[in-house]
Amino acid sequence: MSVDKSTVMRISQLARIEVAEGDQDKLADELNNILTWVEQLNEVDTEGVAPMSSGLPGAVLPQREDLVSAGNRQPDILRNAPDSRSGFFVVPKVIE
Amino acid sequence: MSELTALTIAEALQGLKAREYTAEELTEEHIKSIEAARDLNAFVLETPDQAIEDARASDVRRAGGEIGALEGIPLGIKDLFCTKDIRTTACSHILDNFVPSYESFVTEKLRAAGATFLGKTNLDEFAMGSSNETSYFGPVRNPWGQAVDDPGLVPGGSSGGSASAVAAGLCLGATGTDTGGSIRQPAAFCGIVGMKPTYGRCSRWGIVAFASSLDQAGPMTRTVKDAAIMLEAMAGFDENDSTSSQNVIPDLEACLGQDIKGLRIGIPREYRVEGMDQEIETLWAKGARWLEEQGAEVIEISLPKTKYALPTYYIIAPAEASSNLARYDGMRFGLRVDGQNLEETYMKTRAEGFGAEVRRRVLIGTYVLSAGYYDAYYLKAQKVRRIISEEFASAFDQVDAVLTPTAPTPAFSQGAKTDDLISMYLNDVFTVPASLAGLPAISIPAGLSSQGLPLGLQLITRAFDESTLFRVAGALEEAAGWSPRPLKYQGS
Repeated sequence: MSVDKSTVMRISQLARIEVAEGDQDKLADELNNILTWVEQLNEVDTEGVAPMSSGLPGAVLPQREDLVSAGNRQPDILRNAPDSRSGFFVVPKVIE
Repeated sequence: MSELTALTIAEALQGLKAREYTAEELTEEHIKSIEAARDLNAFVLETPDQAIEDARASDVRRAGGEIGALEGIPLGIKDLFCTKDIRTTACSHILDNFVPSYESFVTEKLRAAGATFLGKTNLDEFAMGSSNETSYFGPVRNPWGQAVDDPGLVPGGSSGGSASAVAAGLCLGATGTDTGGSIRQPAAFCGIVGMKPTYGRCSRWGIVAFASSLDQAGPMTRTVKDAAIMLEAMAGFDENDSTSSQNVIPDLEACLGQDIKGLRIGIPREYRVEGMDQEIETLWAKGARWLEEQGAEVIEISLPKTKYALPTYYIIAPAEASSNLARYDGMRFGLRVDGQNLEETYMKTRAEGFGAEVRRRVLIGTYVLSAGYYDAYYLKAQKVRRIISEEFASAFDQVDAVLTPTAPTPAFSQGAKTDDLISMYLNDVFTVPASLAGLPAISIPAGLSSQGLPLGLQLITRAFDESTLFRVAGALEEAAGWSPRPLKYQGS
């Protein structure tokens, strides 16, 4: 699989990371380099193998009641906000 | 460096108990030591006032008979652990003003055990790196650099600040986190002990996430015994981490000094990789002989898919990272760079906030998770991960522990591998397999290279069998005869 400049632009758009025009070629090379290397996994026969998505095989996630355990912490939550007013986050206009 | 900074945690606990010195004195000596070694860049934030205050409180507790397992012990905390009211950055520009309003579960437990925190240690940005060169706060130096006249020697990564600080006598122990080797590899490079527990032993709550199915916190210390003391204080069930284990941590100190007669030690033949230093192979054989001499049975085993562990990791870890790091959007916390509209604000914020390696990994992760590529890359990697995990399980039908080198080379110079990504990734070739399988593993300083740099050996055991891990680690450490005394760091 070969990644070209237009693919880099598409992924950077999906990842919401701006990539300067001048960086695109170099980045495409780097990503190709890594992808070509990881493609050696195609040598492994994985027919019938279940994907492992947990940190340990067979781990079962526990369930609990959906209850508020740490509410009423508005100042804590807003503490690191780049911009906040009257107890709310201030964000750029979303709907034109 | 004074005598107090040359102690092990176990010795310091004895000295405090015997009233030979106070926690305040112990902490003060370490603060001086940190100030004298700032050129290592091991700490990105020093908190001396807080540390002294905590040490005084510890002395008061001790006088009142209230003595925790780490009472009065000064530690360094990797800057990936959220510390309440103390800046926590993951060494990324995107978080460089972030002050948490809560404490991570692990650091809360360490505090509850009586430890004092000297400050936050440097790391590769978001723990993505093997040399501590991707930190927004600049690279860390390995104190062993002075031994080989290379001030730019890397400490390994990502827990490079913690490793450097412990090796140079800036703290008695430090926390690290390990996703693919980030505790074990820097421990090997700096000549200290680094231990990654079984996945789920230490809660991930309050640790800045990199790859959630792999991330695990662990201790970095000068001796195996100190690692046991620290891990017992860090581990435990936490309802805020859904993957936290309910298994009770065994008495690890009691495992030390137990003989290893009859234990079966596996030597995986596939770990003899191309590009491994000859002297590391020699040390590995020596390690096997040391264990054999103490009555263990050494058996050659096969883990056939070992060579696929690293490429598997470099799909899974970036995929999880791209998802975890989606939260850094400049809206609720962290850096915000304004654009013409919301979309552009996201794009600019993340472009400026993330460094080159983090950007690369997020883009790779986004690619392997994107429509049309998910099955070919991500799902494939998850399947190979299961095969690797099952191969370990079969190996543990034959053996009780696996012995390998920790890294294929000793520490290298800054800049030596930054242009060749794959060669940088290869640093973790021996540590990544146990991470994928979620197994406990430890790196022990076992010898010096001909150049005079530390080399580490790694032990791996079954999930939740830290008892055997520490038992064998103790035997290996004793045979290696490594002095736990830290490097007398002169500064430059």
